[in-house]
Amino acid sequence: MNNLFVYLEIEEQTVAEVSQELLTKGRSLANQLNCQLEAIAIGSNLAGIESQVLPYGVDKLHVFDAPDLYPYTSLPHTAILVKLFEEEKPQIALMGATVIGRDLGPRVSSALISGLTADCTSLEIGPHEDKKQGKTYENLLYQIRPAFGGNIVATIINPDNRPQMATVREGVMKKEILDPNYKGEVIQHKIGDYVTDADFVVKVIERHIQKADHNLKGSPIIIAGGYGVGSKENFQLLFNLAKELHGEVGASRAAVDAGFADHDRQIGQTGVTVRPKLYIACGISGQIQHIAGMQESSMIISINNDPNAPINTIADYVINGTVEEVVPKLIKFYKKNSK
Amino acid sequence: MSLKIVVLAKQVPDTRNVGKDAMKEDGTINRAALPAIFNPEDLNALEQALRLKDAHPGSTVTILTMGPGRAADIVREGLFRGADTGYLLTDRAFAGADTLATSYAIAMAIRKIKDYDIILGGRQAIDGDTAQVGPQVAEKLGLTQITYAEEILKVENNRITVKRHIDGGIETVEGPLPIVLTVNGSAAPCRPRNAKLVQKYKYAKTATEQKEEGLAFPELYEKGYLSIPELSVSCVNGDLAQCGLSGSPTKVKAIQNIVFQSKESKALTGSDDDVEELVVELLDNHTIG
Repeated sequence: MNNLFVYLEIEEQTVAEVSQELLTKGRSLANQLNCQLEAIAIGSNLAGIESQVLPYGVDKLHVFDAPDLYPYTSLPHTAILVKLFEEEKPQIALMGATVIGRDLGPRVSSALISGLTADCTSLEIGPHEDKKQGKTYENLLYQIRPAFGGNIVATIINPDNRPQMATVREGVMKKEILDPNYKGEVIQHKIGDYVTDADFVVKVIERHIQKADHNLKGSPIIIAGGYGVGSKENFQLLFNLAKELHGEVGASRAAVDAGFADHDRQIGQTGVTVRPKLYIACGISGQIQHIAGMQESSMIISINNDPNAPINTIADYVINGTVEEVVPKLIKFYKKNSK
Repeated sequence: MSLKIVVLAKQVPDTRNVGKDAMKEDGTINRAALPAIFNPEDLNALEQALRLKDAHPGSTVTILTMGPGRAADIVREGLFRGADTGYLLTDRAFAGADTLATSYAIAMAIRKIKDYDIILGGRQAIDGDTAQVGPQVAEKLGLTQITYAEEILKVENNRITVKRHIDGGIETVEGPLPIVLTVNGSAAPCRPRNAKLVQKYKYAKTATEQKEEGLAFPELYEKGYLSIPELSVSCVNGDLAQCGLSGSPTKVKAIQNIVFQSKESKALTGSDDDVEELVVELLDNHTIG
């Protein structure tokens, strides 16, 4: 009872990265709270799924395995979590801030009247004093997230309602196997106790998952473009440079909104968080929400014709010039000197 | 089939282009420096509603917004673009609501509006970016939901078919009416204001505005379509304990301004010499290679 629960996102039979990250975080929070870590796997053909889960230090894995539970639809997964949480009374429930987590979390939280904080970038445990009511609380979950378009960071708490629920952005926490032989209990639940036929009202008719054709998150060199790149055509210059340097191309929200680059290349609080060895920011002014997703890059080069662009303050090198002018030169001199 | 469509829309501060004057010295937000706008993804939702209305003659589109008095602008903007009616859900008791208390109020207002087949809203609002209100309204009304919608493909036999974005791909799903849909910013942009509708509705006002601003042409308001109804907690039979701050399980413990560690940067020009020197340096220290 009153343990920490992680909802596992499962694509076919593979536990998503973000869920593995949450298990690692969940384990360390559970240690602080002196409680157990439990995980929930909902899907189809899940035999053996525990081998992907228990090594993160999971004490109890709840498995719901039935043909209709994959692909995800809102109501059956909601019904399972709501009933399970009513039985188990977790103090904390975490899920990924993915399309699935952001569809599921609010529904579960509304049904349980629990409170939910979206898109957290950090989770901590701490006390709280409500001076007005003269109450003090120990061991609350601090749910820390960017707010107001990423211009501020807010710490949110749920003092009285349980579970304390949060969705967490992918890539902001690190995953780490605790013990490959960690001993946890696996519980196979009877689906009929949790879901009714009426929950299967939405049918998935067609589904196309494309394996990403790039690995932005893992690339040691990233060439990122902003609104200042000017056009989709000019973005090709960035791809040319990325090809030469064996890097990947990323983009700011403004460039994605303008249609210069695909959404899955977005870097920042509303995209992916990256930590490359080299980050070349082309025509990126440096809104806070962008900087928050790349500030841990080892070296930052900013190419911008605005000497006052905010990103310049965190750059190691600032090249005052336009993308059209400077990027081809980088390619030219790289070719000349790398041989 | 003709459809009753409700579009949820929010007035938000424009957080996308935050200038230097948007943050006060003490790290709080200077709301006055940010223009109040129609939440962008709610405009995408409105467009999907208007397309349904075009394709299903006899359908109606109702705008529902929650906010202070000035949020009546959102209803007017909806009318200018093709909505038929609109409501402003406004009450001091709604102040300080988190997403759960907001969803409760909106769900109660939709129950009051009563006739609905499809409830549409943007995926999320740019001031909070939570994406929670749509699914929570659906749960409170006992309806299913389709989030991250890109396009409504068809509505027939009380079923709706929707193309939606999922992580790493797209899927097409089919669900029953009534239903709640949230629409992505990458969906079709909203049509502009229609000049005739602007003429028709430019004097549309809430009762509060009519009282405060006075009426240049009082006889106009006898027809009714220029009056924007205001809904209060009691109008929607709301339970005060579930509204506003008291209905909000989440509390803001702290707000921090974001400060980045600035570095001492080396300034270069775009000249051949400067760029070549940088490339050579990066090669030498094996940053690239």
